[in-house]
Amino acid sequence: MCLGIPAQIVELRNDRGLPVGIVDFGGVRREACLAYVADQVNVGDYVIVHVGFAISKVDEAEAQRTFAVLREMSQLDELEWITDAIPSVAAAEHAP
Amino acid sequence: MTATIIGSVSCPIPVTDHDRVVLGHGSGGKLSAALLKQHFLPHLQSDALRQLGDGAVVSAGNARVVLSTDTFVVNPLEFPGGDIGTLAVNGTVNDLAMMGATPCYLTVGFIIEEGLAFETLDRIVASMARAASVAGVQVVTGDTKVVEHGKGDGLFINTTGLGLADSDFSPSPDGVRPGDVVLVSGAIGIHGITILSAREGLEFEADLESDTACLHPLVQALRRATDNSVAALRDPTRGGVASALNEISAASRVGIVLEESALPIPAAVAGACEMLGLDPLYVANEGNFVAFVPPHLADVALDALRNHPLGRGAQRIGVAVSDHPGMVVMRTPLGGTRIVDMLPGDQLPRIC
Amino acid sequence: MKYLAEYRDGTIGRALAERIRRIATRRWTLMELCGGQTHTIVRQGIDALLDGAVEMIHGPGCPVCVTPLEQIDRAVHLASRPDVIFTSFGDMLRVPGSECDLLRVKARGGTIRVVYSPLDAVSLAIKHPDKQVVFFAVGFETTAPANAMAVWRAAQLGVPNFSMLVSHVTVPPAMLVILDAPDNRVQGFLAAGHVCTIMGWEEYEPIAAKYHVPIVVTGFEPVDILEGIWLAVQQLEAGSAFVENQYVRSVRRDGNVAARELMSKVFRLSDRKWRGIGEIPASGLALREEYADFDAERRFALDDIVTNEPVECRSGDVLRGRIKPYECPMFGVVCTPERPLGAPMVSSEGACAAYFNYGRARPASVGAQTGMEER
Repeated sequence: MCLGIPAQIVELRNDRGLPVGIVDFGGVRREACLAYVADQVNVGDYVIVHVGFAISKVDEAEAQRTFAVLREMSQLDELEWITDAIPSVAAAEHAP
Repeated sequence: MTATIIGSVSCPIPVTDHDRVVLGHGSGGKLSAALLKQHFLPHLQSDALRQLGDGAVVSAGNARVVLSTDTFVVNPLEFPGGDIGTLAVNGTVNDLAMMGATPCYLTVGFIIEEGLAFETLDRIVASMARAASVAGVQVVTGDTKVVEHGKGDGLFINTTGLGLADSDFSPSPDGVRPGDVVLVSGAIGIHGITILSAREGLEFEADLESDTACLHPLVQALRRATDNSVAALRDPTRGGVASALNEISAASRVGIVLEESALPIPAAVAGACEMLGLDPLYVANEGNFVAFVPPHLADVALDALRNHPLGRGAQRIGVAVSDHPGMVVMRTPLGGTRIVDMLPGDQLPRIC
Repeated sequence: MKYLAEYRDGTIGRALAERIRRIATRRWTLMELCGGQTHTIVRQGIDALLDGAVEMIHGPGCPVCVTPLEQIDRAVHLASRPDVIFTSFGDMLRVPGSECDLLRVKARGGTIRVVYSPLDAVSLAIKHPDKQVVFFAVGFETTAPANAMAVWRAAQLGVPNFSMLVSHVTVPPAMLVILDAPDNRVQGFLAAGHVCTIMGWEEYEPIAAKYHVPIVVTGFEPVDILEGIWLAVQQLEAGSAFVENQYVRSVRRDGNVAARELMSKVFRLSDRKWRGIGEIPASGLALREEYADFDAERRFALDDIVTNEPVECRSGDVLRGRIKPYECPMFGVVCTPERPLGAPMVSSEGACAAYFNYGRARPASVGAQTGMEER
C-alpha cells in the first residue's frame, strides 16, 4: 500500500480533461496523474507518486528543515563520542 | 542469455508440485535449478554437464575446446542499445569468455514466427553480423525453422559457441577461496531496466541503453593484470548479480559478504527500481561480469578493468568468507546485514 | 534520488538508534502498520539494531496479505475465463488461493497482465474492446483514490468492457481490533505515512486518546522509521499519548481532500473480511450503486466459489502480531516463499516473507548487531 516515491514534475499535460504530467524519478520518466495535486503544483515541484498518481506535493521547506535538524543531531553525537573518549584517554595516560 | 522478462510474469510456487512447466522455470532462479536437477540431469549424464558451468570443456583429439549454448527469447525484439541478435551473439561469446576460453565460432538456429517482417529480420541479422565481427567470431553454420503464427513470440534464436580452452586460465564457479575479493566490472541493472522500459503496461522512459557487449577483451585485460589468477567469473544475466553470486557461493562452498554502499547502480536504474519496487541485484545485465580475485591482486585487477573502455564503472563490492558457506549476505548502510537469497522465479513489480 | 536517498543515511540512522537506546528506560513494544515499513525494518535490521530498547511487532499492514481468500478465488476464476484480460498489481499474482494462484492460471492459458497504474487497465480496455478487462483493485486508503479514478474515468470515457474486482481495506478498524484484543501488548504505533497522506491523521486522535497510545505518522525509509520510533519512545517515556507527524514532507493533518472526495464519490464503507483475522465491520470499501456497472462481482457470476484455507497457516496470528513468523511451526519448514501456505509468505511486504528472505539467520562473524534468536 505504501510504495510511494518522490519524483519531479517535468511537464504538465491534459489528457481528455484529466490533469496529468510527466514526472522524473531520478532519471526515469513516466506519466503520472496529477488530479489530486493539480492546483498545488508546477513544473519543478516534487510529488510523491503511488501507482502512477501524485498523492502529495513534497513540502520541500519542511523536509529540508527537519532533515537539517537530524543531520545536526547526528554530528553532535559524533562530537559527544569524541568528548567521552578523551577523559578515558587522559585517565590512561595518568594510570600508575 | 535470456533477458529478465518481468511483464510476462513467472511462477515461483511450489517447486516440486508442478505437473507442467511454468514461466518461472526459465528465470534463472530456484525453479530453473530444480528443472535441471529433476528433469534434465537424471537423463543427460556427463561429467561436464554435472558441473553446471557457463559452458563445457571437452576434448576433441588433442585440443581442449569449450562449448556453450544459449537460446534467446526477448520481448521486445528490438530495444535501445541492441536487439535479440546482439544478445544472441554476445551472450554466447561471453559464456565462453567466462570459462577463460577464446571464442572462435558460432552456430545459429532461428525459430521464426510466421508473419515476422523481413525488415525486422534483416535488421536483427545485420546486428548479429556486426556483433560477431566485433567479437572476432565467425558464424559457421546454422538452421532455420518457421512456426505458425501465435507460436513463437516473433523470433527465437539459439547460438552455440565453440572456443579454445586455455590451460593456463580456467576460472570456475568452484574456484573461490575465503578472502577472495568480489569485483563487478561495470554498473548493474542496465539491461533489465532497458527491456522493462520498452514493455507494454509498465511504460516509462529511461536514458538507458542495454549494456550488451562482448566481454572477452575485458576478461583478457583482467587475466593479464592478475597473471591468470582469477578464481571465478560469471556474467550476471537473468537473475542478476544476486543469482550469479549465489551460484558461485554454493559451488565454491564459501560465504559472500557484499557492501550495499559499494554497488554501482546508475541513477536511472535506481529510479526505475524504486518506482516499481524492484531490487537491482536481481535485474539482468548483459555487459558486465562479477570476478573473484585473490586479495593481494584486487587493486591491480580493479585498475586493469577501469583502464578498459568496457570496465570504467568497475567496483569492488564484497569479499568471500569462510562463514555461512553458500549464503550471500549484504551489509547495509545502517550497519546491519541481510541475506541476499536467490529468488524462486522472476521479480514482480509491486505496490506495497 | 532527492527526498529519498538522504533518508537512507547510515550515520543519521545509527545516531537515531543510539538516541533511542539511550532514552529508553525499559523495553517498549511498538507496532508498525504498514507492509512497506515492515519491509524496511526487517531488510535493514532495524529491529535487531534496537533490541533491548524496542520490540517491533508487525501489524496487518500488507493489503496483499489480508485480501480475503474469497477474492483471490474470484480473481482466479475470472482470470481463467477466455473472454477476460485480468489485470493486477504485481504483488497479487503469487498469493495462494484455495486451489491455485493467478500465476498458475497464466500457465494454463489465462491472460493476465501486470499493470503499474489502474489507469493502464482502463487503457487496455479501450485497446481491446472485444475483451472484458477486469482490474483487481486492492489496497489500503493509499491506493483507493487511484482505483476510484480508474472507475470514474471508465465511466467518463464510456468504457463498458472495464470492471473492477474490489477488495479495499482501511486501517483504523484494524488498529482497534489489535487494541481491543485482551492479550494486546502494543504500546504505541507507527501509522502508515502514505495512508495518512490521503486520509490525514484526524481519525487517529480519538484512538490515541481512548487507548492512551502514542501514534506517530511515519515514512518508509530507515531514517524515517528510526525517527518515528524515537518520537514514539519519547512519548512513552514521558507518559504522553498523542498523534504526531514524522513524515512532514508528505503528510498534512487534513490529508488530500481532493483524493478523499473522489474516493467517497465512487466507494462506500463496507464490512470486509480480512484474511487470517476475520470480518471487521466497516473496514472496507465497496463500489457505490451508481458505479455498480463496473463491479466485477455483479457483472460476472461469482457465487459458487468454495474457499478452503490451509488449516496449518498461522497468518492470522502473525498479522495480529501475536506471534513472530519464526514462531510458527510451519515457518521455513513447510512454508517458504516457494511453497507458501498463506499470503504473508508471498508478498515481499508480508512479515513471513520479510523474515525469511532477510532474516533467516544472522551470521555472527559479519558483525551484525543482533538480538534475534537463531532459528
